[in-house]
Amino acid sequence: MFKVKVYVTLRESVLDPQGTAVMHSLHAMNYKEVSDVRIGKYMELMVEKSDRPVEDVVKEVCDRLLANPVIEDYRFEIEEAVAQ
Amino acid sequence: MKFAVIVFPGSNCDIDMYHAIKDELGEEVEYVWHTEESLDEFDGILLPGGFSYGDYLRTGAIARFSNVMKEVRKAAEAGKPILGVCNGFQILLEAGLLPGAMKRNESLKFICRPVKLKVENNETMFSNVYEKEEVITIPIAHGEGNYYCDEETLAKLKENNQIVFTYESNPNGSLVDIAGIINEKGNVLGMMPHPERAVDELLGGADGLKIFQSIVKQWRESHVVNA
Repeated sequence: MFKVKVYVTLRESVLDPQGTAVMHSLHAMNYKEVSDVRIGKYMELMVEKSDRPVEDVVKEVCDRLLANPVIEDYRFEIEEAVAQ
Repeated sequence: MKFAVIVFPGSNCDIDMYHAIKDELGEEVEYVWHTEESLDEFDGILLPGGFSYGDYLRTGAIARFSNVMKEVRKAAEAGKPILGVCNGFQILLEAGLLPGAMKRNESLKFICRPVKLKVENNETMFSNVYEKEEVITIPIAHGEGNYYCDEETLAKLKENNQIVFTYESNPNGSLVDIAGIINEKGNVLGMMPHPERAVDELLGGADGLKIFQSIVKQWRESHVVNA
């Protein structure tokens, strides 16, 4: 069993209207040192071992569903989890 | 001509769409639940607005994998007219039947009001009853209508005249004021404004009706040639 942490964010080239609004808010609170905010999604998946490498499975589900490659980038971390 | 209105869990403009076809356009129409396995009996497919699957993950992302979408793809390949409005447009984008993606409105606000659109291309099966550059008023109601695509895709959209409707005054930050686009083949149209909400003067205007009339006109011309 693997525990997979997936992070999805808007691509660097795509303006993030939510992130921009949050940054303006932080500036209004006087945190001038914050220069950029990107808002994304965090997902946790439990993936069972199969005949395919877990990286391949995760990459495929990210490409097909969890992220929209037109506007989003993703990265993931895989850790081995003890089955309950 | 017989239309299907596809209904997903969370669709909420399906009844308006049904009303527009049945009562205002006077054509046959049926609701089709998202689990259905065939659209063979229908001549035109309508994907209504709403919040399919609660907009979970991304707008349209879950609906795109529903059973009936395989049939919608098949109908698209067969050249049948397919119109996606609002959430229907978002589903067509997620399904890859139209290029690009939707982002949150620039203002982050849900906007619900009539807007002015320009008919950029009146030579499609969805816009042939309009005049070229006719300015029409149709309501929008969305939080994620900020159309985005990369430069290469945009160049293609322009080159092939795939931008059918643009906003006269951009409400949501959409790239080059895009309100509606068509696929390269010319039989799949996605638009954020709601033509089904503008089909009778009692509703504040009837400018949307011409979209449905265009579909029927084109269909009649190609199916009743020798009549």
